[in-house]
Amino acid sequence: MAIFSVYVVNKAGGLIYQHDSYAPRAEAEKTFSYPLDLLLKLHDERVLVAFGQRDGIRVGHAVLAINGTDVNGKYTADGKEVLEYLGNPANYPVSIRFGRPRLTSNEKLMLASMFHSLFAIGSQLSPEQGSSGIEMLETDTFKLHCFQTLTGIKFVVLADPRQAGIDSLLRKIYEIYSDFALKNPFYSLEMPIRCELFDQNLKLALEVAEKAGTFGPGS
Amino acid sequence: MTVHNLYLFDRNGVCLHYSEWHRKKQAGIPKEEEFKLMYGMLFSIRSFVSKMSPLDMKDGFLAFQTSRYKLHYYETPTGIKVVMNTDLGVGPIRDVLHHIYSALYVELVVKNPLCPLGQTVQSELFRSRLDSYVRSLSFFSARAG
Repeated sequence: MAIFSVYVVNKAGGLIYQHDSYAPRAEAEKTFSYPLDLLLKLHDERVLVAFGQRDGIRVGHAVLAINGTDVNGKYTADGKEVLEYLGNPANYPVSIRFGRPRLTSNEKLMLASMFHSLFAIGSQLSPEQGSSGIEMLETDTFKLHCFQTLTGIKFVVLADPRQAGIDSLLRKIYEIYSDFALKNPFYSLEMPIRCELFDQNLKLALEVAEKAGTFGPGS
Repeated sequence: MTVHNLYLFDRNGVCLHYSEWHRKKQAGIPKEEEFKLMYGMLFSIRSFVSKMSPLDMKDGFLAFQTSRYKLHYYETPTGIKVVMNTDLGVGPIRDVLHHIYSALYVELVVKNPLCPLGQTVQSELFRSRLDSYVRSLSFFSARAG
């Protein structure tokens, strides 16, 4: 499995479809006694590690679960504030799971429109005539591939850097979009895609692409 | 294969150095504005990439490419950013950008007491060494720029 997620962005920069196909687990669970030797802080409605990186717990990781029950942002499952709960010596020893904070749907919307503008700036700053926007963005943990259609819809795929055959996958997704979203009489243009057939066929295409470009970490 | 241009930014977004070789299109805005736009784009890409990444990152953002050019990015722990635009045929050039930082910028600017840090590099030696280093690269085209 080496395709992480798919985004579809309309011509105004709005996110109209998002699918996470595989999220690698980068989590660490540990039992702590009082006092907690990590510094936690509140950021964007989440409790993040600010200092005290160790044993797979990194600065920037969020508190995901306490004693095996998932937390809900900055609140525990029964509605108490996480920081308050962890500040009380009576609750120790406590087992806390840390991991990379997962993106909320709001953040996904924001990142999609952010990419929309980066795409435009990328073509403006081009040293060559007639350049498109960002087609491929490379980091050490993933590669982002983007395909913009003539009508301005952007298909974005996040995949493992070693995954091959993403270009044909992007064309395939465009085909699926034309067949199962555009030809659906109940779908209105530029609006979020809620079509069952689109979902099914997209998942199928992702599976096929993952098997075809077989350099993923899981294979 | 060819090298289009090179930007050097410090951690505050000041453009320390800019040079171009085979650049066929200007951005159509004053240079100062272009530097700000470039730095702003890189700043946003960095934050975008760190949020998007499914795993913890080490080096972070490395490069992006469009249909016509490829932008290579290298950042030091002190926040100096080296950005080189080349054509699409050029592979990873982290070592080249690291060399520009460590063997040229550090040696000729940081260690030069007459070069104040945090503003545009005035050193003629740095400019000429950088120019000859880039011209000597294997992917620098021989065509006159």
